[in-house]
Amino acid sequence: MTENVSHSTTGEAERTTPGVSEACHRFGITLEDYLLPARGRISMMAPDGSLLPAEEQGTAPGHEYPRPSNERLLEAYKQLVRGRRINDQNAALVRQGRMAVYPSSHGQEACQVTVAMALEQRDWLFPTYRDTVAVIARGVDPNEVMTSFRGEWHQGYDPHEHHTSVEATPLTTQLLHAVGVAHAARLRGEDTVVIALCGDGATSEGDFHEALNFAAVFNLPVIFFVQNNGYAISVPLASQSVAPSLAHKAVGYGMAGERVDGNDTMALLSVLDRAVTLARGGSGPLLIEAETYRMQAHTNADDDTRYRESEEVAAWRAKDPLLRLRAYLVNEGLLTEAEEERIAAQAEETASALRDAMNADITPDPLELFDYVFTEPTPQLREQRAQLADELARDQEAEEA
Amino acid sequence: MSTTQNEHLHAGTPEAKQADFAGVGSTARGAHVDRPAPATHVEAPPAGPTSFAAALNTAMADAMAEDPTVVVFGEDVGKLGGVFRITDGLQERFGKDRCFDTPLAESGIAGMAIGMAMNGLRPVIEMQFDAFAYPSLEQIFSHIAKMHNRTKGKVKLPITIRIPYAGGVGGVEHHCDSSEAYYAHTPGLKVFTPAGVEDAYRLLREAIDSDDPVVVFEPKKMYWSKEQADLGALRAAHGTEAATRTEGSARVLREGSDATLITYGPSVPTALKAAEAAAEDGLSVEVLDLCTIVPLDDAAIEASVAKTGRAIVIAEASGFASVASELVARTQERCFHSLSSPVLRVTGFDIPFPAPKLEHHQIPSVDRILDTLDRLTWED
Ligand SMILES: Cc1ncc(C[n+]2csc(CCOP(=O)(O)OP(=O)(O)O)c2C)c(N)n1
Ligand SMILES: [Mg+2]
Repeated sequence: MTENVSHSTTGEAERTTPGVSEACHRFGITLEDYLLPARGRISMMAPDGSLLPAEEQGTAPGHEYPRPSNERLLEAYKQLVRGRRINDQNAALVRQGRMAVYPSSHGQEACQVTVAMALEQRDWLFPTYRDTVAVIARGVDPNEVMTSFRGEWHQGYDPHEHHTSVEATPLTTQLLHAVGVAHAARLRGEDTVVIALCGDGATSEGDFHEALNFAAVFNLPVIFFVQNNGYAISVPLASQSVAPSLAHKAVGYGMAGERVDGNDTMALLSVLDRAVTLARGGSGPLLIEAETYRMQAHTNADDDTRYRESEEVAAWRAKDPLLRLRAYLVNEGLLTEAEEERIAAQAEETASALRDAMNADITPDPLELFDYVFTEPTPQLREQRAQLADELARDQEAEEA
Repeated sequence: MSTTQNEHLHAGTPEAKQADFAGVGSTARGAHVDRPAPATHVEAPPAGPTSFAAALNTAMADAMAEDPTVVVFGEDVGKLGGVFRITDGLQERFGKDRCFDTPLAESGIAGMAIGMAMNGLRPVIEMQFDAFAYPSLEQIFSHIAKMHNRTKGKVKLPITIRIPYAGGVGGVEHHCDSSEAYYAHTPGLKVFTPAGVEDAYRLLREAIDSDDPVVVFEPKKMYWSKEQADLGALRAAHGTEAATRTEGSARVLREGSDATLITYGPSVPTALKAAEAAAEDGLSVEVLDLCTIVPLDDAAIEASVAKTGRAIVIAEASGFASVASELVARTQERCFHSLSSPVLRVTGFDIPFPAPKLEHHQIPSVDRILDTLDRLTWED
């Protein structure tokens, strides 16, 4: 693979990369048909869990997707149940005033779970504040992820351990980091694929543009996965972008875009699996827009009744990703009652671990505040550390007296 | 407002004329709006306990009612009224052309404000949180701060940039920065930071009126604190002789003769509490609220320190290369012969702002101020 631009020899010169040309060739479609999303939104299951007929799947020539295996779907379901339980447990802890904040991905769990499943251990994920469930699905200990939301430290897990970066709050800054990891992997001769997450609102930030362009120009294996949940806090997508779809933005960078039903676990897995295969094979970056919905307020601090109608929320409840996949699995005889109980019990274990961690009420050591500003504290920081240590000792004395 | 510029740019469009010359009570439409006339006679909150948030909200509403070129925009400022509700009701009252949500991009917000200011409008933009203003810094530092100088005054940028700042609210990472030094260090930007409810009204109105760009730092932990205030009286006085100008004039909030606490923004209430506690120990401590960092009221600092002979600067931002550093340096340079003690500082440590469970260690506390008062030289 190379970042060199190639020009086709026939017809008008088309500027693209060899990776993209190869993909066009492989699917037997034109450059335009490859880069533009399929006519519709890729979807495989109806909200009731029944399979959609081929003509209703939103596909187009070269944009057809095989159904994922039953084992994979069952695994996804397990993760969905656990993800939902994590979201709801954390939301409850926040409501009880026992946790600082939690941006829930309730309703978006299918996106959360499938991005993690699509990656190999050696690959990287770049999440945002809303992607706690995805981070946990990558294998990170739920309690470590929650460190920041419990207000103990800004971040609680080792990004290197699970190749999962920190949950980024400054919007879209992480997309460029993802590009950097992919570029470094290339220079080091590793075949790493990177998935970088952001929301619909975030696509308006300048870094979104820079990241997509860098990835395309350097022909890097980065999949930009946009969870379009309809809102950026109170601002609806219509005020954010008037592009035909967010996936259409890809063509402007010379990368392929696809739009997928973000509450359809089956469609998500198949679109992501193909994207990972393409990216690993040298196609360059891809952009996936997953249409989903933020079922709860932006965070506990937000009041969503100020800007959206409850009917809208109710309509999306009927498209719930978890119930949809469950219905499919039950209809196909793939999910027994016993299995379901086992899955629920596992999810409950995670929830109870989250409660235990909350009850432990960990107070971090204030003196640690000085330990990680640099690899070694500067003389000034040592002085300030001593000052705080002295204050704390005096407080202790006063308390004991 | 800079009418000359507007006349020049809009000559010939009747709406523009109306916009430029519309005064209080005018029924003129804004230059850019096809909306009913702004309601100018909405009652101010009655005199009495008033929140900081209400003062800011009323200041914007009054400015919009008086001057149709004032437009408010940013992230979530429309229907939602901002995540802190400071722009609550402005869209409903003045229409979507005068108070609107932008796409989510701070550089875009600041950059577009420049063009709008160049074309006769008076933008008031909101940055959602201190640290989320950082994508806009190129526009602010490279253009907003410099345009007037670069064009020898031919282009004025009457832009107000509102930034909720500092901690004390249990906010997570990126929601609690005290970033005032970056802006104060940049020539061409005025930096205001009110600490009282009436000053919040006055300073925001002065910022909007100013033909210079002004960054207004709003201590977010004060948004819901209430004080006795009469916004109606302030509105009536605004722009008249009766109005006291707050820009560039520090306030003595408490008189004292032994030491001066020089402070601003979120540290003001803490300094007042410390002064009160010190009084119990027989110390008479003066508290000076700077109100505006740029321009700075050197004279007020000099007058106070000449009287007390001792000074402590209190600010929540990390101390190294900070506004507090500047204040200490100036006080030392200008008041050396009145000083009985080195000027000391109580600031945040030189660390990233801590997570909620640790933030109280970073924020200047009454105890830390009292300790520092002890460290001043008291024997002559
Ligand atoms: C640079 C920056 N600006 C503003 C914010 C404040 N903020 C946090 S989340 C958010 C909305 C993001 O919407 P979207 O990208 O759609 O993601 P969602 O929250 O819906 O998952 C905003 C404005 C921020 N975190 N970073
Ligand atoms: Mg969104």
